[in-house]
Amino acid sequence: MTYDAVIVGAGHNGLVTACYLARAGMKVCVVEKNDWIGGAAVSRELYPGFTYSNCSYVSSLFRPEIMRDLELHKYGLQILPYEGGAVFTQDGGYLGMFRDHDANRREFARHSARDAEAYDVYARDILRFCRFIRPMLMRTPPDPTRLRPRDLSELLWLGKQMGGLSEAMRAQMVRFWTMSISDFLDEYFENPVIKGYLAVSAIIGTALGPMSPGSAYVLLHHYMGDVDGNVGAWGFARGGMGSITRALTESLRTSGGEVRVGQGVEQILVQNGRAVGVVLANGDEVRGRRVISNMDVKRTFLKHVPEAELPGDFVKRIKAFKIRGSSGKLNIALDAAPVFPALPEGAPNLRGDLHFTDSVERMERAYDDWKAGHFSADPFQDCMIPTMIDPTMTPPGKHFMSCFVQYAPPKIEGRDWTDADRDAFRDACLNQIEAYSPGFKDRVLHVETRTPRELEAEVGLTEGNIFQGELTFDQLLFNRPVPGYAQYRSPIKDLWMCGSSTHPGGGVMGAPGRNAAAEVLREARLPSPMRDAYAVL
Amino acid sequence: MSAQTHFKTPLRPSPFHPRTAPLNRLNRWGPWAGQLNALCFGDVDMEYTAIRNAASVYDLCAMVKYRVTGREAAEYLNRLTLRDAGKLAVGGVHYTAWCDDAGKLLDDGTLFRHGPQDYLICCQERHLPWLLDSAQGFDVAVREVTEEIAALSLQGPCSASVLAAAGFDVWGLKPFRMAEFAFQGGSLTISRTGFTGDLGYELWLTPDLALPFWDHLMQAGAPWGIRPIGSDALDLARIEAGFIITNMDFIPAHQALREDRPRSPLEMGLGWMIDWDKGQFTGRAALAAEQARGSDWALVGLDIPGNVSAEGSILYHDKKHEVGMITAAAWSPALKASVALAQVQARHAGGANLWVEIYALRELQYVKLMLPVQVVPRPFFNPPRKRATPPARV
Ligand SMILES: Cc1cc2nc3c(=O)[nH]c(=O)nc-3n(C[C@H](O)[C@H](O)[C@H](O)COP(=O)(O)OP(=O)(O)OC[C@H]3O[C@@H](n4cnc5c(N)ncnc54)[C@H](O)[C@@H]3O)c2cc1C
Repeated sequence: MTYDAVIVGAGHNGLVTACYLARAGMKVCVVEKNDWIGGAAVSRELYPGFTYSNCSYVSSLFRPEIMRDLELHKYGLQILPYEGGAVFTQDGGYLGMFRDHDANRREFARHSARDAEAYDVYARDILRFCRFIRPMLMRTPPDPTRLRPRDLSELLWLGKQMGGLSEAMRAQMVRFWTMSISDFLDEYFENPVIKGYLAVSAIIGTALGPMSPGSAYVLLHHYMGDVDGNVGAWGFARGGMGSITRALTESLRTSGGEVRVGQGVEQILVQNGRAVGVVLANGDEVRGRRVISNMDVKRTFLKHVPEAELPGDFVKRIKAFKIRGSSGKLNIALDAAPVFPALPEGAPNLRGDLHFTDSVERMERAYDDWKAGHFSADPFQDCMIPTMIDPTMTPPGKHFMSCFVQYAPPKIEGRDWTDADRDAFRDACLNQIEAYSPGFKDRVLHVETRTPRELEAEVGLTEGNIFQGELTFDQLLFNRPVPGYAQYRSPIKDLWMCGSSTHPGGGVMGAPGRNAAAEVLREARLPSPMRDAYAVL
Repeated sequence: MSAQTHFKTPLRPSPFHPRTAPLNRLNRWGPWAGQLNALCFGDVDMEYTAIRNAASVYDLCAMVKYRVTGREAAEYLNRLTLRDAGKLAVGGVHYTAWCDDAGKLLDDGTLFRHGPQDYLICCQERHLPWLLDSAQGFDVAVREVTEEIAALSLQGPCSASVLAAAGFDVWGLKPFRMAEFAFQGGSLTISRTGFTGDLGYELWLTPDLALPFWDHLMQAGAPWGIRPIGSDALDLARIEAGFIITNMDFIPAHQALREDRPRSPLEMGLGWMIDWDKGQFTGRAALAAEQARGSDWALVGLDIPGNVSAEGSILYHDKKHEVGMITAAAWSPALKASVALAQVQARHAGGANLWVEIYALRELQYVKLMLPVQVVPRPFFNPPRKRATPPARV
């Protein structure tokens, strides 16, 4: 049988694309190399009774339009807002975060009266940038290398968005896009701990330090989502991030789509310059009128397509596509909730993100290690305990803790990671937590440690880059993944891309998958089952 | 409450809370600038009546306060605000406002001059970074002192009599002047200011004296029916007086998400504040340009036919084109009229052929009204007793 579309990879974007195509009436099949679905939005039980969020751990970017179009509530998806957060400082203190505006202001004021009041203007400015960028998420970028009527009109639309801003705002935004988060924060704040906390989103998943130009944009990428209209807020997927891909899979099956796990694609079949299907690792062929790859572009084009089928220029650009890994992760089963003595009794802060990097300088030092080809000796960690809010992931009283870690390079001084490296990385992280939460290690039941090596081997993220390609300005919008190919098509007819390597990039967002489906349906002249993107009023 | 457990009471109780809490029969509280404030103590009509008939007490502690001291305090404030702070006499108060460089309002507030080099700004919003940045090059110190000062607003035609009974002779105190009195080993500052458009005073003291002072005042005022009031009643009185509130009648420039929302003082009816003779001040160039060019918006007072209050309604020209929006409205018990404050496109500020569309919800059905409105001067209610010095003894 020949499918209308074969989708390579059951990451959330592949599943989103598949769902839309199936709803439009196409026969679709998703093939996934792992025995489980989800890609980097995955929940597995690695310790009895404990569900992990093995890779991604919080949700904000996942577009509500997609949840609604695909009726994910019917398949159990719930996004839970969380509260709290704290940076523990080396002097035994902390800076806490609070959802309540006044509590948060008073907390900031403990560190700096000025910064407490500066925060509102800062948050307003970031929100302004988000309002500018959000309408672009679910639109196919124009192609300035071709300028067909649709590209012209899309460029015009972009121009109009810019034109709607005041001169001052335009200038501020253009600066922001290219600045380092450190310089940007210095324009608002004076307190090192406050700056250390606010810089976090600018380095997550990024092979940049907080002092690298371009890091400010990365912060925006993490703030442009929302939880039910609360722009910039993050939440948990109830039951772990795998609930998102599980719901997508059920939605897909309900509309007649298929998912095959356990056999990866060895080769994308190209005949007469057209993609016609895939060959799996076990030799099986799955034929399709089109092939849509959810893998990152390096993997897709450098590993699974015959190079001879591709224009040399394209291959060169794909080779140059920046996809340096910078992150690792610890997933920890805990026998009991950790105790952080710095926090006062009853403080809600453990119900949010916990950090130990109390200045931008310290964060930059962690990055220095990465540049030298080492994991950070004093790592930055973004720790979350979703079970503080989600009662479904562990037995009562037990906890799951997710520790996202930077920096971890794709190679150690140019050679591959060894198990000993991985264990040393794990210990550096655990020891850091133990320093702020005495007795922590005694509560640990099991740890899953993931360095870029494991991320690449398991999820297929080249070099372990969590976003399937860095979010630097030269790799965004019509330059993502490479100029001339930002519209989800590839140089090979009927071979498409739908993963995070495409606009608008990484994170559990679903927008690349939806945009890709929109392009496929448009070309196939099928009516779209998509609602319009929600307006930004 | 230790500094670290603030999260247990994110809305700080006022120093008067131990007295006001038991009096708040309906437990109707709301947030104001990070403080727990009474919206109503039990009966908004009786509370409003206390403002216009007898004596009312409103807890002002939440008002954001900055103290500005130093050799160049007056020069600094001249640069920061629209009016001439140098001309404000010691012991005087004036209503003023300040803008960003684009000439858009950041806030309005009252400026108290306690000494030649000692001022207090009282306002609605927080501005510390702006105030500190603006201080560059001036020999001044700026400090947030909100929680160091407790304050009550005593308003109503009997307020002077109540104060006299409490032992504070304010008969000679003129509007916008203040005086100091001893109270229980501390001091009490009384300014003849307020937000009701009526005879009234604001009473300032240190928080440690708050409770004894409350008891003293309530006892002294009992023969006049002194009564604590919440924000609901105050809001009614301030609309009658035609006063605007930051973030209700205009969006301050530092908070506006949408770039077209901020308004200038010229647009908000505060053009009279601008002292063009005092030299440079923040926003001057932009305001001068706006004055030359003409403003886009205007704040107007409206008299609306009928007896239905029009809050949130849209204004139309010729019943067709949207030209503005009502920002505050009430049925005025004093005037027996429906009055409103509105932002309207400047070219319609004259009010010709101006209409309001009101959706009046009546037992689960909207009665839709399209009514011609009349632009009228503010204040809507302006009794002579507000200014009379000495005030009538009652
Ligand atoms: C450790 C980590 C933490 C993260 N934290 C967050 C977070 O908290 N919040 C957030 O929003 N984002 C987070 N991200 C980023 C986010 O998870 C990813 O950007 C996103 O999930 C990528 O989705 P995708 O569908 O584009 O691709 P992927 O999830 O990478 O899916 C690609 C799929 O293709 C499959 N595949 C690969 N090769 C083959 C083959 N040859 N044949 C068949 N199948 C193949 C893979 O197994 C995988 O299932 C994190 C990522 C990581 C790795």
